[in-house]
Amino acid sequence: MTTEYPFEVEKSTDDLKTVGKPAVRIDGLDKISGAAQFVDDIDFGPGLLHAAIVESPHAYAKIVSIDTSKAEAAAGVVRVATGADFPYKFGMYMEDRYIFAQNHVRFVGEQVAGVIARSHRDAVHAAKLIEVEYEVLEPLLDPRSAVADGAELVHPDLDEYVHVPWFFPQDDTNIAHWRKIRKGDTEKAFAEADYVLEDTYHVPRYAHCAIEPHVTVSRLDQSDRLTVWTASQSPHTQRHLFAEALAPLGFTHKDVRVITPYVGGGFGGKAGVSMEILGAAMATLVKGRPVKLRWTREQEFYNTYQRQGVVAELKVGVMNDGTLTAVEHKLYWDAGAYVEYGANVVNAAGLSATGPYRVPNITNDSLCIYTNLPPGGPYRGFGYSEFHFGLESHMDRIAEAIGMDPVDFRRKNAIVEGDELAYGAHMNPSGMIEAIDKTAAAIDWGVEETSDNPNTVIGKGLALFWKAPAMPPNASSASFLKFNEDGSINITVSGMELGQGYLTVMAQIASEILTVPVNKIRVETPDTDRNPYEWQTVASHVTWSSGLAVEKAAIEARGKIFDVIHEVYGFEDDSLYLEDEAVKCRTDASFSKPLREFVIDGIQTEEGTWRGGPIIASGKFMPEFTNAISDPETGQGGHPNVHYTVGATGVVLEIDTDTGRIWVRKAALAVDAGRAINPDLVNGQITGGLVQGLATVLYEDMRFDENGKMMNPTFTDYKIPTAFDIPDEIIPIIVEVPQPDGPFGARGVGEHTMIGAAPVIANAVYNALGVRIKSMPITQEKVAMAILEKSKTTEGAN
Amino acid sequence: MNLNIKVNGEDWGLDVAPADTLLDVLRERIGTKSPKIGCERGDCGSCTVVLDGRSVRSCLVLAVEADGREVTTVEGISYEGLSELQNLFIENNSFQCGFCAPGIVLSATELLENNPDPTRHDVQEALAGNLCRCTGYEPIIDAVLAAGKEGSE
Repeated sequence: MTTEYPFEVEKSTDDLKTVGKPAVRIDGLDKISGAAQFVDDIDFGPGLLHAAIVESPHAYAKIVSIDTSKAEAAAGVVRVATGADFPYKFGMYMEDRYIFAQNHVRFVGEQVAGVIARSHRDAVHAAKLIEVEYEVLEPLLDPRSAVADGAELVHPDLDEYVHVPWFFPQDDTNIAHWRKIRKGDTEKAFAEADYVLEDTYHVPRYAHCAIEPHVTVSRLDQSDRLTVWTASQSPHTQRHLFAEALAPLGFTHKDVRVITPYVGGGFGGKAGVSMEILGAAMATLVKGRPVKLRWTREQEFYNTYQRQGVVAELKVGVMNDGTLTAVEHKLYWDAGAYVEYGANVVNAAGLSATGPYRVPNITNDSLCIYTNLPPGGPYRGFGYSEFHFGLESHMDRIAEAIGMDPVDFRRKNAIVEGDELAYGAHMNPSGMIEAIDKTAAAIDWGVEETSDNPNTVIGKGLALFWKAPAMPPNASSASFLKFNEDGSINITVSGMELGQGYLTVMAQIASEILTVPVNKIRVETPDTDRNPYEWQTVASHVTWSSGLAVEKAAIEARGKIFDVIHEVYGFEDDSLYLEDEAVKCRTDASFSKPLREFVIDGIQTEEGTWRGGPIIASGKFMPEFTNAISDPETGQGGHPNVHYTVGATGVVLEIDTDTGRIWVRKAALAVDAGRAINPDLVNGQITGGLVQGLATVLYEDMRFDENGKMMNPTFTDYKIPTAFDIPDEIIPIIVEVPQPDGPFGARGVGEHTMIGAAPVIANAVYNALGVRIKSMPITQEKVAMAILEKSKTTEGAN
Repeated sequence: MNLNIKVNGEDWGLDVAPADTLLDVLRERIGTKSPKIGCERGDCGSCTVVLDGRSVRSCLVLAVEADGREVTTVEGISYEGLSELQNLFIENNSFQCGFCAPGIVLSATELLENNPDPTRHDVQEALAGNLCRCTGYEPIIDAVLAAGKEGSE
């Protein structure tokens, strides 16, 4: 049984001219010439003011008093703001945050007050003069302690918080949301299984590390209109949250305008609203003056969303023939001080924590737990990167225990079209088996390789991945399309060009339908006053969702073009087609009417009057088959996810047995893009995502001290990959099993490319050394210690 | 303090504060925005500019240290069309968000000037101070290697 998709999409995929071809990025010239403008590059003139934020030095404390008098008197200071100015809550999926702290601070770095001054230097200086007296409280830093009996409550008022209907907060606990899945009879299945493996895996927090820090400039003008320029993945969602949070000041949505030019990397970190609301709120205190707030690199680490840590208790049952029968996955998420966005990461993981397998008996518990660490939130992979580490490690261990090749084991159990998902809906078409086979072939799976160097050993590993977009069930996209006099096209959408090539892909979709070349199509970055709605550029959904909106606009424009031709020349619409920027007719081979001759000015009739006029069109897409309502105790009954994208990752690595150093010699990644609208861009996602994922498992590591303070908030101490830290060879593999409701069959791939990286390293390290490392990251030190430990054990046994 | 500086071929005379960095002055006083603010401590390389023929982190150079000297940014090498290397960056899809691209283009240009036919290792070494979070570096290395080979033909 497959999902019925109740709408028409362009089915014709034969003889494609633009889709599936490597078009040159339409933002290429801007970005390589230095012309591309990011928020911090926009000039606001001499009236620009600068903001600096006073942050909590404590992970948990009561604010006793705030004395701003010295700061107010300091040179260059225009205004000081505190929580008293904005006693308003906000939040993406759950309203649990304040703009500035009220009464309590709940993580090191939480904003307590702000200074607006005439120069950045003055603002920073004055912020240091604000005196805050705290009563320090004992912080909760570990998620499992936070759910123990008698634990202090990080949010005693949890029961009053407004949240989406698919969250289930547990009153009088630190559990902000508990996603449960109950399917079949896990207990019985474990009792009947031939082999059951139970273990715990640990995944720490990670930082996005977009190279552009968060920055926002906000201005409330004299007509009471609030404009916010931000480095954001979510212009419309930001407008919505600003308008809602600041509604007590009299704002409605039409009074708030969010403009988002190019953004210097997002990876989830610039989704939703984090520091931007500080700028927006503070600007309301200095009417007429633009206020810039730019995070330092340090703030970028500790006061934006972080990828949540998780402790995963996993139990899997299997029969001797390799059939998976039961999965019990308990995920204890360290969600941090505020979970307004992060709780949905927890939800998404809970729905899909079986991984891409056919499992008849499932017990998933995904717990969103408040702690006094920085707020968790979206990060490329959205919970899936985190739980795949344990899950895919576990699958290798089970295969070994029952004497099965781990690739055969996966092939046998991989979920395929029509299989029932954990929540009762059914799996979409997918190329998982092809992805497994091609990845295994790319790393010569089954062929043992030995090193020429006596001090190194070689290992191979393979891991599967899957992920569905995690969105509200009615998250939607829209587009406007208009022709210009010369037959060129301007498209406005509100997805963000994060670097993935979104603008180019939208142009390719329109180009395919309207036969106008990509280089004659401009796709504009968002301005919420002008561009139509897009929920957010997250969830790897814009190629699919916004792509459908653009496709529909292009189809509508084509219809209008044919209508004009029909009206003037009498040809039936269904005899007309577009080719090389002209309308042609199947019943009259001599007919050809170039678009540029009429898409603005229309066509003159024989009697001298005109027909037609500017061709404009719009398109929108909302998935009408999704539904987030399900039984809270079992998770059954809804259809929360639109579809899954699947794939496989494989590596060959070499380990120095003296030092534990790992070199990734070869990495292959196959992802089912449905249809790669631009294969070059898909390859870009594979390479970039894989390297980002490998970094999380090989060396990136966020460290906190016993007081909850992050100890390594710089690129010196939190290492992200340099040009040296990449595999010797990366083999991108594109699988194309079309998504029935995708634009030309496409589905998203952006986040998926980093999901398999962590377990594949764990599996290859085991393959090389015979040691299983169950906590991330698998650093050189950890590997060296494991080798040492193993040699001691071996010697002891002798 | 007085600062006389040539930026992309144009002479500027400015009064700057002793603590102003070259990056501050380029961006805020001269309006040259391609050098970006990424970390302000020399880790990320997004503020890379060429100072008297050598690439530097402009966030670590005081503006007054550049007195009497010449600065080139990506704007300066793009006025008369893109360089061969820039075209190869576009062709190889060597950047995504584009934030690090100005710095990387300058570091790679410097490498090719000193070493027209670099090895993969040479390229990795020359770019090790420029962080890119999007591409995984592979397509950047490909573009620079292609420029090297073509330069030597």
